[in-house]
Amino acid sequence: MKIVKKIAFYLLVLVIVVASVFPFYYAVITSFKTGTALFEVNYWPTSFSLNNYYAVFEQGEFPRNILNSVFIATMTVILALLMAVTASYALARVRFRGRGLLLMTILAVSMFPQIAVLSGLFEMIRFIGIYNTPWALILSYTIFTLPFTVWVLTTFMRDLPIEIEEAAIVDGATPWQIIVKVFLPLMWPALVTTGLLAFIGAWNEFLFALTFTSSNETRTVPVAIGLLSGATQYETPWGIIMAASVLVTVPIIIMVLIFQRKIVAGLTAGGVKG
Amino acid sequence: MTPHAVTSSGRAELQSQRIRAAMWFLIPMIAALVFVAAYPLFRSIYFSFTDTSLTNLYAGQWIGFDNYLSWRTLPSGRTIFKGTLVDPAWWNAVWNTVRFAVVSVTLEAILGMMVALVLNAEFKGRGLVRAAILIPWAIPTIVSAKMWSWMLNDQFGIVNDVLMNMGIISQKIAWTANADTAMFAVLVVDIWKTTPFMALLCLAGLQMVPKDVYEASKIDGVHPIKVFFKITLPLVKPALMVAIIFRMLDALRIFDLIYVLTPNSSATKTMSIISRENMIEFDKFAYGSAQSTLLFTFIALFVILYIWLGKVDLGGDKK
Repeated sequence: MKIVKKIAFYLLVLVIVVASVFPFYYAVITSFKTGTALFEVNYWPTSFSLNNYYAVFEQGEFPRNILNSVFIATMTVILALLMAVTASYALARVRFRGRGLLLMTILAVSMFPQIAVLSGLFEMIRFIGIYNTPWALILSYTIFTLPFTVWVLTTFMRDLPIEIEEAAIVDGATPWQIIVKVFLPLMWPALVTTGLLAFIGAWNEFLFALTFTSSNETRTVPVAIGLLSGATQYETPWGIIMAASVLVTVPIIIMVLIFQRKIVAGLTAGGVKG
Repeated sequence: MTPHAVTSSGRAELQSQRIRAAMWFLIPMIAALVFVAAYPLFRSIYFSFTDTSLTNLYAGQWIGFDNYLSWRTLPSGRTIFKGTLVDPAWWNAVWNTVRFAVVSVTLEAILGMMVALVLNAEFKGRGLVRAAILIPWAIPTIVSAKMWSWMLNDQFGIVNDVLMNMGIISQKIAWTANADTAMFAVLVVDIWKTTPFMALLCLAGLQMVPKDVYEASKIDGVHPIKVFFKITLPLVKPALMVAIIFRMLDALRIFDLIYVLTPNSSATKTMSIISRENMIEFDKFAYGSAQSTLLFTFIALFVILYIWLGKVDLGGDKK
């Protein structure tokens, strides 16, 4: 009976692992296939050809798209963190009237549907003259990265004991000095986690990127992959799509696996404690 | 007494200095949020009451509620209604969105809880399993949509191949193109991608349950299923409810997965999809804005209702 239970448990574990990993594994083995081999269903790797990967780099603007994505996501994260560090200090460590309301508003902004601001943002981006440039996306991504980073950093700072600040206050340090000298050194882990999550969010974003860019050279990776297609349904270049997908996913998966524990902590800080 | 008075006035001085600094610290963030969120939201709502077109954003005239609902009585006595509130395509999108959100979040909560219970048990290789379930979460939505549309491909897809070999289906199914199965395909991909997030949040909740609770019930010989429903679930419920509401809000605004997996299928078109389609692709900018405003209102009402119901529940707990 105990053995049966144990086998059933490990079977369940196996199902979970296979279900999680198989689609990506299948994308990888497909990306190494070319020609007619693509249209035979194989469960195990049968060929190893890098032609699809060469094609990704030679056809179209894919390298450019990757650079766009890296630049946009990095800038978005830097801007969000700069504004979030000071704001979350104020929200977490200083008592003032309206603090709770402000926090609720920030949470509400992070939750509201992006489509609700699409036409207004479109007008603004056209007005400033940044349509079809990376800045259009850096500006619009602030709408979800900033509230998220503020929220997570605030929960993190709130949990730090009061004593670490007291000594600095007694020494007559200004609030700015307290942030830079006392909190920043303690906050590196939290900054890395939130920065990484915000980076993933910006890297994966699709709706704004699709709407605010219009040419191949300015697109980000998700839009480039989303719009990669042949003339008809039957000409879809599946091998190339899979190679591009693997290329943009591997760095993210590696980052996520390296920072696994931190990411789980960051996600649950954003969710459970809220 | 004097020194005491000095310190307390010094403390008040310090406090007001801190508050002043806090205001300066908050200004950049508030300004940014007003600039990218509040103002565009206001403009979107404004556009929904005009006849603005995509090609000329500043030529729009105020037309009141006409994008939402307007009517005209013909000489023959028949009344014709126009506007998104009588648009069958809109109501189809509303129904698709609600159906998608309810089914996906329910299944994700159940499956996520199951995965979390497995991960909460101690066994060899637990770390590896946890790393494995992070993979679907880490893959960009667009990439997962493409991966799955390849696996669900009618001619060469592995899903049809597996199901045919197992004898479950007798002929190949065009999962994403067929109106009857398109929603099912979207649900499968969404559940695959988001169950890990649910599982991690549930796991965090499970790990906060003190171990001695389980030991006590084990000694008392309570059946594990009863332990789950009577002890674990009530303790995890707050964390689970937060996870569910976050997912629900996410599901109600779904765009990217459906845009790539089942393009132009009216069986899966959601509120976000139809609204952007009108705004950008069909040059009905103001009409699309009206639809996005309705979605915003819908989500806002949902949040208010949730907070209100949540308060009621909290009051009940206090008794």
